[in-house]
Amino acid sequence: MDKKTAWTKKDLLGLEYLSREEIELILYTAASFKEVTTRQIKKVPTLRGKTVVNLFYEPSTRTRTSFELAAKRLSADVINIEIETSSVKKGETLIDTGRNIEALKIDIIVVRHNCSGAPNILSRAVKARVINAGDGWHEHPTQALLDMFTLKSKLGRIEGLNVSIIGDIAHSRVARSNIWGLTKLGAKVTVCAPPVLIPVGIENMGVRVTSDIDEALGDADAINVLRMQFERDGLTAFPSKLEYFKQYGITNDRLKKCKKDIVVMHPGPINRGIEMSSEVADGKNSVILEQVTNGIAVRMAALYLVAYAKEAAK
Amino acid sequence: MKIKEKTRLLDGAAIDRALGRIAHEIMEKLKSVEDIAIVGIKNRGAYLAERLAKKIGAISGKSVPVGALDITLYRDDLTEASDQPVVHATEIDFDIGDKKVILVDDVLYTGRTIRCALDALIDFGRPGMIQLAVLIDRGHRELPIRADYVGKNVPTSTKEVVEVRLAESDGKDEVVLCEKE
Amino acid sequence: MVSRWHMKYLIKGGHVIDPANKIDGIFDILICDGKIEKIGKDLGIKRDEVIDAKGKIVAPGFVDMHVHLREPGREDEETVYSGTRAAIKGGFTTVACMPNTEPPTDNPAAANTLRAIIKKDAACNVVIVGTITELRQGLKLTEFLRMKEAGVTAFSDDGSSVDDWALLAGALSEAAAQGLVMIEHCEDKKLSAGGVMNAGFMATKMGLKGISGASEYERVQRNIDLARKKLSGIHIAHVSCKESVDLIRKAKRDGVKVTAETAPHYFALTEDCCAAYDTNTKMNPPLRSKEDVEAVKKGLADGTIDTIATDHAPHTDAEKDVEFDSAPFGIIGLETALSLAVTELVDKKVLSWSELIMKMSANPARILRIEKGALSAGSSADIVIIDPDKEYIYKKDSIGSKSKNSPFIDWKLKAKVTHVFMGGKPCLL
Repeated sequence: MDKKTAWTKKDLLGLEYLSREEIELILYTAASFKEVTTRQIKKVPTLRGKTVVNLFYEPSTRTRTSFELAAKRLSADVINIEIETSSVKKGETLIDTGRNIEALKIDIIVVRHNCSGAPNILSRAVKARVINAGDGWHEHPTQALLDMFTLKSKLGRIEGLNVSIIGDIAHSRVARSNIWGLTKLGAKVTVCAPPVLIPVGIENMGVRVTSDIDEALGDADAINVLRMQFERDGLTAFPSKLEYFKQYGITNDRLKKCKKDIVVMHPGPINRGIEMSSEVADGKNSVILEQVTNGIAVRMAALYLVAYAKEAAK
Repeated sequence: MKIKEKTRLLDGAAIDRALGRIAHEIMEKLKSVEDIAIVGIKNRGAYLAERLAKKIGAISGKSVPVGALDITLYRDDLTEASDQPVVHATEIDFDIGDKKVILVDDVLYTGRTIRCALDALIDFGRPGMIQLAVLIDRGHRELPIRADYVGKNVPTSTKEVVEVRLAESDGKDEVVLCEKE
Repeated sequence: MVSRWHMKYLIKGGHVIDPANKIDGIFDILICDGKIEKIGKDLGIKRDEVIDAKGKIVAPGFVDMHVHLREPGREDEETVYSGTRAAIKGGFTTVACMPNTEPPTDNPAAANTLRAIIKKDAACNVVIVGTITELRQGLKLTEFLRMKEAGVTAFSDDGSSVDDWALLAGALSEAAAQGLVMIEHCEDKKLSAGGVMNAGFMATKMGLKGISGASEYERVQRNIDLARKKLSGIHIAHVSCKESVDLIRKAKRDGVKVTAETAPHYFALTEDCCAAYDTNTKMNPPLRSKEDVEAVKKGLADGTIDTIATDHAPHTDAEKDVEFDSAPFGIIGLETALSLAVTELVDKKVLSWSELIMKMSANPARILRIEKGALSAGSSADIVIIDPDKEYIYKKDSIGSKSKNSPFIDWKLKAKVTHVFMGGKPCLL
């Protein structure tokens, strides 16, 4: 693994924009960082003197904490900025905020935003490196990378695996990033959701589409179960949580019919009894907590790569 | 940048002899092999560490723990480097606390790599002592660092490059002095 | 020095295309006292100011029946002053200004106020469009005849459709009886709610909420049904999708008095242009698929779509430099319309030059029922001269409009307006 593609991107905006080689480089680098997280002293001086700003327009304890720990383990200074967004409150624009933060001489902005494409817009406005920590329904690249990292460490490979993504595909950035990443690395991806939650043209992303949970589980080596957010207005088309659990909830009964070593993933936080039962969430096939652990190594890799990226000559 | 080969400094047999001599020197100097650990700096230092550990094992009849260290995360030139270095895994699966650690690298030059390696090692615990073994010492130190065991001292100019080739990574064993054109 | 009122201009040797009068050839045009005096061969009259139009196309000044001048209320985006000068740069000598201003042009007093501003500031003819309902709320019809007396030429709730069938039916009955021009923005906001771009794979990929073609064409269908029932004319604004084109084509065949416009971006761009979340690709209706673009072109070619209108919608950088979801809809278009039409329609053999000029002058004048869009002797000399082969880069700092929200900035464009005569007077370009 000596000869690796060089990282030349200023930003990590989404897996759609990366090549297979770039995704593999992140996963390879993350494996090296995972070792760091197992040391007694879980800290390396790599980003000493650099400042990472977590700019969060959406509350997210887990992703923010993971990025914060990753940055701190690289010896970066970390600042968290949480901005409340509501349609009523009209504050500073995203670009103004980005430029003001940049004027503080920071190096990396990790941005979470409720609007799809906000990191793309921000990255054009600032020279600082931008990492997308989830934007609208668009992408959540580090989540998909940690899902793939976990999958690879469990099953030894990505290529040729059958991976089913189950849940609200329409409103899921986790689904989109996973689809891009997994298909680029040669996995066969199935998306499974009630018809109203399957977005138009998703099959053009190279996935099998079904609303039949048995079809999605049948040949799956791994499943990624998405969080259902019934409070979202777009979900009025689906009757109820109980109805969802009956039709799509992952239970031990359903798992019994699957491959014995099927890997069960969930990006968290879990709604127990809606998208999966407690037995499954805590069961032997679940790797949910490993995903959380791996998230730090993957985010350290992402921070390292963008921090020292030698931008390709334009 | 083109690089022209000038002279072969060591062939395979000479490399093996040098490592054998270093193994003996280590055992002579440290008396007991009980608490020795060998840690090589990736990539070629790690291969040399494996070989050195085998030699000490063969002489003493006891197996010596050996590890590999990737120093990328400790480098002081990440901003300046022309290509971004790939981070490889560090593999030290034993406790280095109170051990006599022999750090191994192929070429000792400015000393900056060794500085990184010392920082990295200390993050793994508190060794009893750290000594340094290198196959080639070519001079031009930029830090107050010296080797305890040297395979061969080679006076060089800064225009020259010392290339260590090992069977594990390059298909054959040799050390060649080259010049940048 | 000849006094202004006896000023004569001679446009010499240009390729004159005046579809309304079936003129298409090399002619001279003599302008006297603001009017077209004569069109003919070799009108060499001494001491005239002569414009050499050799190698150029000379046409009636263009008529844009869909422009937002933003005054009153949003003078930071555009004014009558700036917008009409942008129009002149694009070759337009008549523009229709939409009434979704703040306050809207929904009563005679508002129309009078606007008329005064136009008289004072406008560089070209401005046709006033009034609202169909008060405050464009779709609840109560406005006073069509009193507004007409105050100078209103056409009626539209542009920005919104009139949701209430009965209300629009009433408006169309009035229109049929009084000979009024009704323009409908076709959008079912229940279907399009929250949408920011075309519904389809691109929106799915980008994680954005889509606006389906159905939100447009279902309203087109309703409007056609109502126009048929009320024997009234109706004009469909900014047609963007295939189904709308098909419905209008069929209605025309059936004899319904429906007319339609499309905007340059609906034949020059597709939804793929949204990929980088550039808010200057966000408009309503949204940029559609390749199939829709082809259908719009076909509709232009076969006469289903009567006219090209820009839907010139100025927004400031501050409004547009935001998240895609938060940005307002619309782009400016007056200064790029001709070049885009030449590149996408004339060069690609969708329309001939004569057909293009017809769709940009005589046709919109006919729909608006105004005496414009032709080079008839004795008519006001509103004339555009075009260098059809001139290539140029459309630079942001060259934009005449107060707002710079165009997706075409830094594009290489072709065909440039070199001279405009407005009421017989040459305008500085």
